[in-house]
Amino acid sequence: MKSGSHLSIWFFTGVCLGVMGALIFAQGIYETISPPVEKVVLSNLHANIWWGAVLLVLGLMFSLRFSPARERARAEGKS
Amino acid sequence: MTPALLAISSSTLVHLSPVDLVIIIFYFALVLAIGLYLKEQANTGEDFFMAGREMTAWVAGLAFLSANLGSLELMGWAGNSYKYGILAAHWYWIGAIPSMLFLALVMMPFYYVCKTHSVPGYLKLRFGSGAQVISSVSFAAMTVLMSGINMYAMAVVMKVVLGWNITFSIWVSAGTVAIYVALGGLRSAIFNEVLQFFLIWAGALLIPILGLIEAGGWTALKAKILQNLTEQHMANPGSYTHLWSTLGNFNANPMGINWVGIVFGLGAVIAMGYWTTDFLVVQRVLSAKDLRSAELAPIIGAAFKMMVPIIVILPGLLGLALLRDPHTGGLIHLVPANLAWSEAGQAQGLHGYDEVLPLMLARYCGPGLLGLGITALIAGFMSGMAGNVSAFTTVWTYDIYGALINKNASDESKVRMGRYITVIGVIISIGTAYWAAGQPSIMDYVQSLFSFFIAPLFGTVLLGMLWKRATPAGGWTGLLAGTLSSVGMYFWVKFDPNAVRYVALSMDAQDQAQNMFRALWCCSICIIVTVVVSLFTKPKPDSELKNVVYGLTPIPKTERVSMFHSPVFWGAVVFVIFIILQIIFW
Repeated sequence: MKSGSHLSIWFFTGVCLGVMGALIFAQGIYETISPPVEKVVLSNLHANIWWGAVLLVLGLMFSLRFSPARERARAEGKS
Repeated sequence: MTPALLAISSSTLVHLSPVDLVIIIFYFALVLAIGLYLKEQANTGEDFFMAGREMTAWVAGLAFLSANLGSLELMGWAGNSYKYGILAAHWYWIGAIPSMLFLALVMMPFYYVCKTHSVPGYLKLRFGSGAQVISSVSFAAMTVLMSGINMYAMAVVMKVVLGWNITFSIWVSAGTVAIYVALGGLRSAIFNEVLQFFLIWAGALLIPILGLIEAGGWTALKAKILQNLTEQHMANPGSYTHLWSTLGNFNANPMGINWVGIVFGLGAVIAMGYWTTDFLVVQRVLSAKDLRSAELAPIIGAAFKMMVPIIVILPGLLGLALLRDPHTGGLIHLVPANLAWSEAGQAQGLHGYDEVLPLMLARYCGPGLLGLGITALIAGFMSGMAGNVSAFTTVWTYDIYGALINKNASDESKVRMGRYITVIGVIISIGTAYWAAGQPSIMDYVQSLFSFFIAPLFGTVLLGMLWKRATPAGGWTGLLAGTLSSVGMYFWVKFDPNAVRYVALSMDAQDQAQNMFRALWCCSICIIVTVVVSLFTKPKPDSELKNVVYGLTPIPKTERVSMFHSPVFWGAVVFVIFIILQIIFW
């Protein structure tokens, strides 16, 4: 579902995952500096840091691979 | 559960931090932006109702699955695995995979070649307007009811986790769905469903990962469940972690069902009916850009469907193992007791079934991750609701408005009607949400609806596609007889509980078991009535059955592709993995 003139769904997906991943990762870093009073079970595993990083990387991969500029270049290459 | 309880807002399990709120607000802003962006691409009926028929196999396949993966699915099946154990996984494996492959490789060519806009539209081509009207009216009723259940599921999450007011949750989320579907039509719904697919996995996958770490792995989890259920004096505690080995007798498993009900009631009728004739899911595949993509889309969906138990069934099992205090033997109360309580759950010494997923979310997810988890559930709600609303809109516009009310409606007026009816469908759904609140377990209620409407429809469509002797009179009388008999059996058991011994063959049969057998009977009645009436009435000539009946439909040759691009090859791969899973969890 993409063409040179339209934004791809994969681009939207990448932006969404990237932004959310960055926010969660940043929150994880903040919590290591300033630990919260109320902790969840297994908080010692710092899931927000590694899970946020995974989402951020995935989001960046999708966003860059299906960026509007790349899509336009690909469409022009086909025509 | 009473409306007064649902409206509680003073006691909350967790408080959202600023980062959680930013994540949730960003998600709402993004889905609305997608709707606005796609508005310009939804000008014709083909664009608005069929997404221009230009989706790739991956987009159609993920939307096909995501439309089914609502918050209802997430919470309802997590609740069911908390109630019935791993038996609930049957609804993801034998209750999905064979039928999705059947849709891809057998039925999709018919739907695609006849270029129908909907399943009722196919019935009109095959059996005439009688079957079309019965099917479209029952389907429209089912979709708005299902949307309402999705809303209720959403409200439960907000109630348990955040203490939000039910009315606030429902109106904000329903309003967002109404806006983006009314603006961009099916294309907007599909775009958001793909986005929601990723969000659901991102938000829900952490629970089983962290849960298994806490439990000490799968083997330790099974041992813990066995220990807990034995201490609670539950019948057949070992059956909660076995898929098939306890299905020899009705009373050897917590569902009160045997293998006949699972294989024939679920696998051969309910699942086949849902995945091959429920227009909600079929519509996504019909949006594919060509026949090969339309065949591959359900196979891609099936591959991911096999993995959904990781984020749905496993949390329910983890709840059985971990939500009990090992020292006192009592339930761990993460929330004020009345917030995660149901009468049925208490009878088993458990939390309210449908609250188990939010409870596990609260157990593991701190700021940021909690916002993501809540967003995943909201996304699930929206994908489930948007799926129902967009399917309802199409069926109403083409099969009720276009067929009965305004037969000469222009394409432009159909698109206009589609936008209006989207909003009306959402409003009706809001009303049904309050009705769903009175049901003891969400998924039991949903399966009741499927047995009413989907099971007999499958009999009609199957005979229509494969038997050219089936007549228009046979088609609509069979469909009507099947639907009425299912509703009749439901109320028979409601008014006389002893009737379970006849409907579900055992007094041990729980709600789900009754649904499976009711589906089996009503589909059988539909087929028998269709066959008998057809043999006494005049069939359509072959010339009118071209492109709608097997043997009279030339299937277009797809281009020659390598084995790794072949739908048959990937269908076989998915089926082999499905068999292996049955053996592993036998």
